Amino acid sequence: MAFGQDLRRARAIMWKDLTTERRSKAGFNAVAFLGVLILLLFGFALGPDTEALREAAAGALWLAILFSGVLAFNRSYQLELDGGALEPLLLYPAPRWTIFAGKFGANLLFVLLVEAIVVPVAIILFQVKSTTGWGSAAGVMVLGSIGFVTLGTFYASMASRSRAREVLLPLLLFPMLIPVLLASVESSNALLAGNPMRDAGAWVQLLVAFDVIFVVASFLAFDHVIEV
Amino acid sequence: MSRRVTPESNRLTVTGSGRSLEWFGLVALVALIAAQVLAVLTSPPERDMGHLQKILYVHVPAAWNAFMAFFVVAIASLMYLWKGRERHDLLAASAAEVGTVFTGLTLALGSIWGRPTWGIWWTWDPRLTSTAVLFLVFVGYLSLRSFVEDADQRAQWSAAVGLLGALNVPIVYMSVRWWRTLHQMQSNPSTVDPEYVIGLRSNGIALLLVLIYFILKRYRAARMERLVEHMAERAALEGRDRA
Repeated sequence: MAFGQDLRRARAIMWKDLTTERRSKAGFNAVAFLGVLILLLFGFALGPDTEALREAAAGALWLAILFSGVLAFNRSYQLELDGGALEPLLLYPAPRWTIFAGKFGANLLFVLLVEAIVVPVAIILFQVKSTTGWGSAAGVMVLGSIGFVTLGTFYASMASRSRAREVLLPLLLFPMLIPVLLASVESSNALLAGNPMRDAGAWVQLLVAFDVIFVVASFLAFDHVIEV
Repeated sequence: MSRRVTPESNRLTVTGSGRSLEWFGLVALVALIAAQVLAVLTSPPERDMGHLQKILYVHVPAAWNAFMAFFVVAIASLMYLWKGRERHDLLAASAAEVGTVFTGLTLALGSIWGRPTWGIWWTWDPRLTSTAVLFLVFVGYLSLRSFVEDADQRAQWSAAVGLLGALNVPIVYMSVRWWRTLHQMQSNPSTVDPEYVIGLRSNGIALLLVLIYFILKRYRAARMERLVEHMAERAALEGRDRA
């Protein structure tokens, strides 16, 4: 039952991170409001033309999620680094990937909750009108978030322990996320335009492939980056 | 952190005066000049582009060799994660620096060529865009290296980042291609007129020599830097000031 025990360890780490966050809510409030603020700024930058706003909605939404969510990842290691708790965590007799799995789970839930606030605001602000495709669009959100959070959690494990972590994380992360951004925006657009057959399928496949490749690669590489 | 690494197998050495490397550099320079002269003399002005086409003799070989450099980064990173030897890390770093310069050269020359040919400096063409993304991924790699002081950390982390970056190259390329399918074929010996092939091939080889020279030169310098750091560390541990 070693694997079951590992999963319990991962869940314990995830629960610890979520509890810390729930007790203060400071990180969540800041990130969610930053997301809303970025959406507002996009609205101002793109002008009041309803049609233009509607077309840019998916792109603006995803950029708001990326720019606000990226602030959450360093935080998830920062609390431990400040408290000198990372080394004790590494000393526990358990595989290292359980730490990554726990942090990944906590960050994923965090980002999904932020999206639960930011997405409705985007729909209202950008006057997205669609009668179809909401279910599939939500699925695309989840797939995109998995890719985003996997690499975000992975790179933050390094960036949070370096100098200049605030600038290093986006610098490392955003170029890697271009396939996620393209696939999420394009497939949301295709789905919400009420034409799910257009080309959403290929994009969703790309998202799934990206998620699988980088979840596996991050889990494998995490052992190497956390031990030093 | 020493997995399967003995001090013996991990020892860095810098031997010789480096004069043979300088001779190699001279050969590379001469080869580059000869290839350029050959290419410019043998190729007629192109029908649409005229002599503007000559820029391809640097642009295309630079792109080929940039990919070659990133291939070296990926292999050396993998070797480092596998064996844990410092020299693989230093080789990856050297190749990444040179590859980034070559990628920048490719992008800049492409832009200079694109302005009179397409009428625009930049187009969101898949090849262009994914080259720019590759450039940014490795700029991130190099800034990670400069932001981390501890040598072991720097080596482990940049090996992971280099590998993930290399893994992403085909995915980025595919996604950008689906996003924008309005583009032209890349230039290689099978898509250009035979009159231009010899110029492209010879410049490809000449620039490969330059690439190898740059990487070896940088690798030598990197090993020297690390050796000095090791000496300083040893001196500090032994309580002597040998500097």
